[in-house]
Amino acid sequence: MRYSFGGDEHLFVEVAEEMSLDAFFQSLSMTGAVRAAGIAGVSEICPANASFQIKFDPDVIAPDDLLAAVQGLEAQAAAAEKVLDTRIIELPVYYGDPWTHETLMRFRERHQEPESTDLAYAARVNGYDGVEAFIAAHAGSPWFVSMVGFVAGLPFLYQMVERAKQIEVPKYLRPRTDTPKLTVGHGGCFGCIYSVRGAGGYQMFGITPAPIYDPQQKISYLREFMIFFRPGDIVKFRPIDRAEHDHIEAEVAAGRWAPRIAATRFDLAEFLRDPAACNARLVEALHGV
Amino acid sequence: MASERRIEVVKPGLATTVQDLGRPGYYHLGIPLSGGMDQYALRAANRLVGNDEGAAVLEATFLGPELRLHADTIVAVTGADMPAKLDGAPIPGWTSVAARAGQMLSFDFLRRGARAYVAFAGGVDVPVVLGSRSTYTLGALGGHEGRALRAGDTLPLGPAGKASPGASVPEALRRVPESPAVLRVLPGLYWHRVTEAAGEAFFADTWKVAPEADRIGYRFRGGRALDFVPRTQPFGAGSDPSNIVDSCYPYGSIQVPGGTEPIVLHRDAVSGGGYFMIGTVISADMDLIGQMQPHTPTRFVQVTMQQALGARAERAAMLGRLRAHLP
Repeated sequence: MRYSFGGDEHLFVEVAEEMSLDAFFQSLSMTGAVRAAGIAGVSEICPANASFQIKFDPDVIAPDDLLAAVQGLEAQAAAAEKVLDTRIIELPVYYGDPWTHETLMRFRERHQEPESTDLAYAARVNGYDGVEAFIAAHAGSPWFVSMVGFVAGLPFLYQMVERAKQIEVPKYLRPRTDTPKLTVGHGGCFGCIYSVRGAGGYQMFGITPAPIYDPQQKISYLREFMIFFRPGDIVKFRPIDRAEHDHIEAEVAAGRWAPRIAATRFDLAEFLRDPAACNARLVEALHGV
Repeated sequence: MASERRIEVVKPGLATTVQDLGRPGYYHLGIPLSGGMDQYALRAANRLVGNDEGAAVLEATFLGPELRLHADTIVAVTGADMPAKLDGAPIPGWTSVAARAGQMLSFDFLRRGARAYVAFAGGVDVPVVLGSRSTYTLGALGGHEGRALRAGDTLPLGPAGKASPGASVPEALRRVPESPAVLRVLPGLYWHRVTEAAGEAFFADTWKVAPEADRIGYRFRGGRALDFVPRTQPFGAGSDPSNIVDSCYPYGSIQVPGGTEPIVLHRDAVSGGGYFMIGTVISADMDLIGQMQPHTPTRFVQVTMQQALGARAERAAMLGRLRAHLP
């Protein structure tokens, strides 16, 4: 692990330069160990994809003492089982929807292929025979929430397939100044769901009618807490059409809709042994088989 | 009745928000600290009117609001030199002043600095959300309806405490911005990604605050582009040499997308992303950024952790003197 101070109030730890579920689990184990250690002076513990960050008060704990304390947790974290009791969530996605389409047309000059669409471009550069095959792959296997952030409640999603099969696309050449709320996007190897409307650089594939951030806490399934996702959640997308999108949107507004969620256990070793079989088991949990 | 004590926004100013000391504890979910960008000025304003240091105030950016007072109260304006007026008559800055119900609080044009802090005895009593009254506009959270103030808004004031008018912060305890600005930086994070020559150039060049300077971050222009140490980009990072696998972003961290324009993240920071960072502005200088105007020439100066902690101790000592002066 590579340790560096972010000024006098942050300790930054890079677990690995490249993304992998193994690096994510090490980050999660380390942040869990730091939290459990209850180190005085620590105010924020933030896991990221393959790194993590701790905010601290150097008037309470000297930077080098914090560094030593965190380094001292490495062995304990390495010994932690790479097993996570978590949940799998099914999210409906209206791929190729008119709202992201209108937005992507508006920012076409910032795109690699102005004459194409984000979906068609992503399908082509990932070797898929058309948009439908690409959508089938995007919705075909689950995604792992490896980080929550950028803006409030935005999940970074890591596709749960062998690396050779992972969808990879560059970000826009220059970031857009606008992205519709609840856009399902992709940049580098990461998917995301834009929790709020705003700037963004990820390719836009579709939109979900399911809110994932509600500062008013009025959405039925966001009353307990305004942010839906946690690191370690597993997400399965389900393609829907315009009619179902509009129906779900209305049901959400009426307080009658919530995403399908099932408790499950993720075991990294099981996944690495046979991703397809592991995914099948996870998705079965979702449908109560 | 407490609910009768309120202020009415006649003109909102350019970007006026309710802020307190901030909302720690949710950065891991993408909700940043928020809170006043110049925390010292915010604390001073509150102490002047007899509030707890962490009471909610108005942070007025570049152009002040016009406010109709619907309560007898005590006000204090600190931070930027943006002269305040009561019913058109100038009132001194960094000083507590008695104001009567019906009076209009307005501001002259900004002379120096960027953000004025306007405290009222009792504090701005908007709802506490996740432990704070601060506004986080990107997330439509906290403050007054999660947004900057608009004409016609009314803000309740809390019950006033022990304040008395005429208290003042002496000149020596007012921190005013300098031009050119100097921001001290602890190199680190992904510092190793740039060449030695690029690292030297970053500290040698004079930068200027770009117009894109807000509560999320301050962008700088005018220095030389950074050259990167060549590498094969790690899986998941993206193809640009300034890309990393998306990580957390410390407050004060300096990211340089494409190696061209540094951005220093501030209190409404995006909590993470895929751009490398070359270091972090030290905590002692974060308040200064909140008082920097666009086009301010700026030098970044390299310091060690020891120097950062020394500067932090100086800031703490100054706050101690302020507290002793306004007990």
